[in-house]
Amino acid sequence: MSAPLFRPPLEALRDQIRRLEGSATRRRAVLPFGIPDIDRRLPGSGLALGALHEVAGGGNDALNSAAAGQFAAGIAARTKGKVLWIVTRQDLFAPALKQVGLDGSRVIYVEAGVDQDVLACFEEGLRRGGLGAVVAEVARLSMTASRRLQLAAETSGALGIAVRRWRRQTEAADFGQPTASVTRWRISVLPSESLPVPGVGRARWLLELIRARAGESADFEVEACDGKGRLSLPAAVADGSDQEKAGRRRTRA
Amino acid sequence: MLSVDLAARKAGVRPGTPVAKAQALYPDLIIMDADLEGDRTGLEKLALWFQQRIAPLVAVDVPDGLVLDTTGADHLHGGEPAMLAEMVRRLRDAGITAKAVVADTLGAAHALARYGRARTLVVPAGETAAAIAGLPIEALRLPDNMIEGLRALGVATIAPLAAMPRAPLALRFGPDVARRLDQAYGRISEAILPVRPVDPVMVSRNFAEPIGAAETIARYIGKLVPPLCQGLEERGQGARRLDLVLHRVDSRTEAIRIATAMPVRDAKRLVRLLCEKIETIDPGFGIERMVLTATLAEPIAPRQKISSLIAEEEPDVSDLIDTLANRVGHHSLYRFAPVESDVPERSFCRVPALAPDDQKDWPEHWPRPTRLLARPEPVQAMAELPDQPPLFFIWRGVRRKVKCADGPERVFGEWWRGDAELTTVRDYFRLEDTSGERFWVYRSGDGEHGETGSQGWFLHGIFG
Repeated sequence: MSAPLFRPPLEALRDQIRRLEGSATRRRAVLPFGIPDIDRRLPGSGLALGALHEVAGGGNDALNSAAAGQFAAGIAARTKGKVLWIVTRQDLFAPALKQVGLDGSRVIYVEAGVDQDVLACFEEGLRRGGLGAVVAEVARLSMTASRRLQLAAETSGALGIAVRRWRRQTEAADFGQPTASVTRWRISVLPSESLPVPGVGRARWLLELIRARAGESADFEVEACDGKGRLSLPAAVADGSDQEKAGRRRTRA
Repeated sequence: MLSVDLAARKAGVRPGTPVAKAQALYPDLIIMDADLEGDRTGLEKLALWFQQRIAPLVAVDVPDGLVLDTTGADHLHGGEPAMLAEMVRRLRDAGITAKAVVADTLGAAHALARYGRARTLVVPAGETAAAIAGLPIEALRLPDNMIEGLRALGVATIAPLAAMPRAPLALRFGPDVARRLDQAYGRISEAILPVRPVDPVMVSRNFAEPIGAAETIARYIGKLVPPLCQGLEERGQGARRLDLVLHRVDSRTEAIRIATAMPVRDAKRLVRLLCEKIETIDPGFGIERMVLTATLAEPIAPRQKISSLIAEEEPDVSDLIDTLANRVGHHSLYRFAPVESDVPERSFCRVPALAPDDQKDWPEHWPRPTRLLARPEPVQAMAELPDQPPLFFIWRGVRRKVKCADGPERVFGEWWRGDAELTTVRDYFRLEDTSGERFWVYRSGDGEHGETGSQGWFLHGIFG
């Protein structure tokens, strides 16, 4: 951040826009990721509460939504209060959500038959408030629908996450259509670091911030949610692995 | 043994037989714990049904009988024999074996229904004494020790007992024997304690001019609910289910039903729930009468509010739950609760959204996939036997080369569920393919013994 007295013109402009939008009266609360590299890229240094966020899986995950679902669960786990999870067909495995810190007693599932019902329940959940987060798995999300959801979220201050999940790969092109959501993420799986012993290492994701209102897009390589729903940067990216440093020290010595 | 069914009776088991002895007689005997409280509630419900259908005075005769005062009611059912036949037939249709007897006194009817031979019997007026004369003395509703005492005296049936002098009997057994005898013969009266139905709280409103517009209906819903809530408050109850019946001018009825997860007495909330369903009704030419009934009400217990000094109170979401449940249906709104089972698809169950938390939890020592397929999909795989992970597998037509794998995690069949699962085994592996996607794959069987499973490979879940 710059010196305290100097206010960059961009920041002043943003303030002005915020005042015009009418949400300047109360400071937006955010849910930080706890990783400075990611938080720095997001306006307000975190995921805005009282806003709609979109998450989709990349590649095959657009249909399975396993990584996208886990990412959403990790975020929901870090909020307080009950979580409403709205689906069209139920295939979530509750013990897995527990492993990213989202306790089974906190999640209330709603199984709505069609997308329309999902959106209606989503809006109702966001509007009523009292929930930590509302997650909905939807395929189609029009501009109108997303604006309604965004407004509903603003009134209550709840965190809304739309997990975009399609039945066919061809429908996934829908993700390019504009919506009123504040941020839009795409999560793709990456091969994990190979371990020195047989076994599977911690999962890695490519986190693409495709769109952020009043922010810039970016992409990050992260390690998947831990037991409390927190992401982390791979050791090599953060500041080199311990082994590497030890090696360097040894060569210097 | 408290009660046995016909098949058990044929096998030689009688009420009163010790369980161990009965099991020795017949090892496959199905034994269920007695639920006396449940039986009583069931009997009371049955009594209410009889009260509505047969006669106004119905009493519960614990543990297994109902007493009806049918005086003046039998002609409505085509005479006493027809009435009894109808009662027994209806009970048989509902899966209850019953005997029915009409007699001058409660004592006699009670005795004949339990110790008589006929399924239905009408004892003509004045012939009670003859009808019960040959019954065993157990039929007189006497305590067990008195029965034993009387049997020791050589009295087995009612007639000799009635003929015995009263004074020595009263001296030895107390006044009960004489009282029960008099009750059976109708010499002294016996009162019954009839069940009283609790009418549901109901409010209604008639309209001089039929109404039809949605706003008007909403307004009158707003006027009907507060008196209903007041009625509920007087009883200390809250509504779990409300039925709003709208009578149309063409004498058809439309109805709205709402249900809540917790008993509710908040008028505003109930009005909102009812108003959300207005669009589902067709007012036709107009509605002339509205009836609002709390068809299911439960007591509301006052609850202590959490002081802000100690902890933050969790916001109440039952309101939202009700709204959603009335939209998508109660079965579509649930939580997952842990079940103690190692088989993944059995390790959870659905519980109502607001069910109390039972503190159980899933074990966390193995990673679990975010998505669990509804039924495992067969995949083609190649693996070294007996316990190596696959080298590659083909799922939905795509061949995936396995880069690294974890496992096996062995899950045994639950033998207590049936013989088929006695030997079955599943070996779960966590596989990562070259693109980084992770799958939960299992082999049905242990890779060595044919009886443990088909040895085929199945994909069961996808990791995030």
